[in-house]
Amino acid sequence: MAIKNQIKIHVQSLSENVAIARVTAAAFAAQLDFTLNEIEEIKVAVSEAVSNAVIHGYVEQPGEIELIMNLYTDKLEYIIADKGKGIVNVALAREPSYSSDPERMGLGFVFMESFMDELHVSSEVNKGTTVWMVKKIVPTAAH
Amino acid sequence: MKIVTFLKRGVLIVRIEGELDMHVADKFRETIDNALETSGVKYILLNLEAVKFIDSSGLGVILGRYKKINAAGGKVLVARIQPQVMQIFELSGLLKIITCYNSEAEALECL
Repeated sequence: MAIKNQIKIHVQSLSENVAIARVTAAAFAAQLDFTLNEIEEIKVAVSEAVSNAVIHGYVEQPGEIELIMNLYTDKLEYIIADKGKGIVNVALAREPSYSSDPERMGLGFVFMESFMDELHVSSEVNKGTTVWMVKKIVPTAAH
Repeated sequence: MKIVTFLKRGVLIVRIEGELDMHVADKFRETIDNALETSGVKYILLNLEAVKFIDSSGLGVILGRYKKINAAGGKVLVARIQPQVMQIFELSGLLKIITCYNSEAEALECL
């Protein structure tokens, strides 16, 4: 299916860029009739994916994170890719409460999964991680 | 993020303004822990009225404070959560262990 609109941004792996990424993601979604709750869900999901890249992908070392946003007729697609250290066991990392740090909730992937309609994670050790998420566009009934 | 802490009736009141994500998580944690250490109190009331965004990094700091203070026999209370932040709290399961109140006054009365 043809892409109707696309934005690609590259951000340095810095914690201050997490907010910029999620606000950009929300602005991209705002061209459609999403509810405020749905926009918030997209913000949280993108925030989690970019935070993971900064914290776990690059372990707070310099690096580049790519955020690609695609609009299709029936869905929004968000792709967050890093070239960091990768995830050894993706299935395990996606489980609730999986976290290497007691101060973190291990809810990053749970939020991405709950708030988006589809989530795929591909990762290769020392090559990087790509998170692919979809939010479906549900036609609103005429009032 | 702006964060103000003060004591009222033996409770550390923490008023937070801004977005609670990984960028501010360390400062958020350190501000509360320092205030707890200085005051020696065991009750924290987080006023989230001006918090517009939270993700798992922000929730992690709140959970961490809960674990710490609960182990010391204290309590963490939350007041004035905004609707968009409330849905994130609900999904995280934090509301099962932390009670949310409509106002600071209401929370203080329940202690």
